[in-house]
Amino acid sequence: MSRLLTRRRLITTGLTAIAGASGLAVAARVAGEYGLIPPDHGGIYGVGETLTYASQRLLTSRGSLAREFSASQISTVAPINGPTPLTFDYQQLLAGTFRDWRLELDGLVARPASFSLADLHHFPVSRQITHQACEEGWSFIAEWIGVRLSDVLNTVGVSPRAKYVAFFSFDDFWESLDMPDAWHPQTLLAYGMNGGELPTPHGAPVRLRVPRQLGYKSLKYLRQITVVDSLKDIGGGLGSISPDLGYSWYAGI
Amino acid sequence: MRHSALVRVTHWLTAASFAALAVSGIAILLAHPRLYWGETGALGTPSLVDLPLPMLLTGQSGWGRHLHFLSAWICVLTGMAYVSGGMAACHFRNDWFRSAEPPKYTLLQRVMYTIVVFVLFPLMIWTGFAMSPAITSVFPGFVTALGGQQSARTIHFIVASLLVLFVIGHVVMVAVAGFSRQVTSMILGGESLARESRT
Repeated sequence: MSRLLTRRRLITTGLTAIAGASGLAVAARVAGEYGLIPPDHGGIYGVGETLTYASQRLLTSRGSLAREFSASQISTVAPINGPTPLTFDYQQLLAGTFRDWRLELDGLVARPASFSLADLHHFPVSRQITHQACEEGWSFIAEWIGVRLSDVLNTVGVSPRAKYVAFFSFDDFWESLDMPDAWHPQTLLAYGMNGGELPTPHGAPVRLRVPRQLGYKSLKYLRQITVVDSLKDIGGGLGSISPDLGYSWYAGI
Repeated sequence: MRHSALVRVTHWLTAASFAALAVSGIAILLAHPRLYWGETGALGTPSLVDLPLPMLLTGQSGWGRHLHFLSAWICVLTGMAYVSGGMAACHFRNDWFRSAEPPKYTLLQRVMYTIVVFVLFPLMIWTGFAMSPAITSVFPGFVTALGGQQSARTIHFIVASLLVLFVIGHVVMVAVAGFSRQVTSMILGGESLARESRT
């Protein structure tokens, strides 16, 4: 091969590499702008996470609804993962049948508020019979009764700067949703299950329900909701205990 | 045997990503090695089969899931490049769907490769999508056509097992045909058919 050709090839390869790298940088910027980059985008596994999150966010961008089922399909067995919180605070609320329970809602909102169980019952009731799959592989169908998260968010006035909604629980877990899932009509603050009150092991008095994602996103035993523009100060910096435990932040799979 | 550059590159990318998918798939399965039919299934409900594997309730599914989905992306993108490139080069029509002159593959190879590429791999992707609550929110038919989310999981496992059996058979056949020569030709491209027929 002649030296000229080698040099030409070197220059073309160099230019292609530069164009490719700047193309990637621009693509990353645009993807970030449109909310297509998940918080756990770092590292080699972050490549897979980003591809999955970006493509599923584009695919579900018209607010697709999780499948709903008929009452006859409700499972007779609804397994429970994780113990009921043993903390003094929670046990005291449980003993008082949650009369003193309050859900704090703060962060990037115009009117931070605190809701009792009775306050939540004043919102329009939303019911869904949906499938919940655990990342382990098992699943069940149940009816969930509660209030749409979007209805609650609307009463406090969410800032246009909001990017995520973070949730904190009595068992010291934390989780977060992006705004498409926070505003999604099937995202519930559930206080009831299968026609009754939410059973204690299922997250009483109120748990999150996010039926377009795996079960671990549906945080139990809620105590606080915070609207934020960044997750870097939430827990380990990724806005959810799941990435800290080795699981994906986004669980639409 | 002469293999095109596309076939050689996509062969090894598929081999590597399939190995990662199989290992990580087992890691995920160990969290709950029971299979069900229908929409739901859990401990306390009847199973289709209890696999003779230990149930590791904690531990292996975190890295397993990360590796599974990363390698699934590599495998699917590689498969798309392979199938579209192979169609453009008439690889399937000329070498698989009819007997080329001189024959490049045996009838058994042609049947097996067609089943693996056009039946088993698409079934893996389909049943994988059918387990995703986000994807089935857009395409509910993906899961209802299979009889439910747990049915999709069970079919995913069965088809994965068939693919593992294919890989074992494939490696045995390569060994019988001359391991180092076959592997070298899949890496470097190998001799042309004309020269091969002269030796």
